[in-house]
Amino acid sequence: MLEAASLDCERGGRALFGGLSFSLRPGELLRIAGDNGRGKTSLLRILCGLLPPSGGEVRWNGSPIRSLGEDYARELVYFGHAPAVKDDLTAAENLAIACRLAGNARSGSEVSAALRSLAVPEAAVAKTLSQGQRRRAALARLVVSQAIPLWLLDEPLAALDPQAARLVEGLIEGHIGQGGMVVYTTHQEARIEGRVVNLND
Amino acid sequence: MTEVLRCILHRDLLLALRNRGDVGTALLFFVIVTTLFPLGIGAEPALLRAIAPGAIWVAALLSSLLSLGRLFAADHADGTLEQILLGAAPLGAVVAAKTLAHWLVSGLPLVLIAPLIALQYDLPARLHGVLVLSLLLGTPVLSLIGAIGAALTLGLRGGGVLLSLLVLPLYVPVLIMGAGGVEMAAAGASAQGHLLLLAAMLVGAAAFAPWAIAAALRISAE
Repeated sequence: MLEAASLDCERGGRALFGGLSFSLRPGELLRIAGDNGRGKTSLLRILCGLLPPSGGEVRWNGSPIRSLGEDYARELVYFGHAPAVKDDLTAAENLAIACRLAGNARSGSEVSAALRSLAVPEAAVAKTLSQGQRRRAALARLVVSQAIPLWLLDEPLAALDPQAARLVEGLIEGHIGQGGMVVYTTHQEARIEGRVVNLND
Repeated sequence: MTEVLRCILHRDLLLALRNRGDVGTALLFFVIVTTLFPLGIGAEPALLRAIAPGAIWVAALLSSLLSLGRLFAADHADGTLEQILLGAAPLGAVVAAKTLAHWLVSGLPLVLIAPLIALQYDLPARLHGVLVLSLLLGTPVLSLIGAIGAALTLGLRGGGVLLSLLVLPLYVPVLIMGAGGVEMAAAGASAQGHLLLLAAMLVGAAAFAPWAIAAALRISAE
């Protein structure tokens, strides 16, 4: 279970949000809503431990994530603004390496299957891919991460065509269905049922 | 954990292989700078022999500095750094593997080419061993110390200049021991003391620098 306990966030001397509390149980989906600059990305970065909150704490199964370190990192998938795809590696190498880094090593056939399911040319060097294809190559990580409980996705649907967006929404729904937890942000119309935390309020 | 470390090492070496130009630049820089000294000072063998250890070591320092900017900047720009920070292995061990990969592509070639460079300075063949050994012990220290600076200046405007100002003073002990060892050997004394001190610096840096790099990266990544 993921708990946020009265989180405060301050960036550059400006308070973005304060006293934010919520919890997320297995099988639950949480959408973070808010206008640009309201701290959606900061909140996700706080939740995954990249950014320490100015106040409050994040707890994973009751323990503060600061004390869990990489034990917490192994339990989560973070998809950030930058797709984390290396220009000089092929889509397949990128995915295989990303999985191994996360301690979730996958065989070559699983990697190929994941990329094929999102229609990414697996042998293409990433710099020859379009922006959308790059996002897909990065999102292929979700296909092989169904067993990892917590997904924190920052704008997973940005730069995707409607077909790919539906595929990714399908992945999110599938993960929720299997008892996973997902926190995500999107500017697209939300088509998946779930709770919403609105940072505008 | 070893799986993750092998993965980082393999990835960085693979990236270096695909970007041979980047790797070649540091080596070429080393060769050119060390060639400038004999050209500028003139072909006076006694003088060249006397300045050889210092000149070669200073060139190694500058060349190491030149390649440091790349160490984390690319990973920072494309978001891979965030994934590394959220990786399954302790960050200190991961950055140690990254620094090792960096040394293998930017430090080791300098060590290997040093005897060839020494010829330009008419350095006696009996000193080549000491020169190579001093560089072999010293250049990893440069990479480790430099990586702390590279992590601290990550994402800053004008980070390159700041990095030089931050790191070069810290390189001084390595320079003194490295060049000093070769000079001792040239004077007919034993270089053992200098080399042992270099080895001690290497052990110390290998033990402590990774944690400093990890802490600096966490701050820069916020």
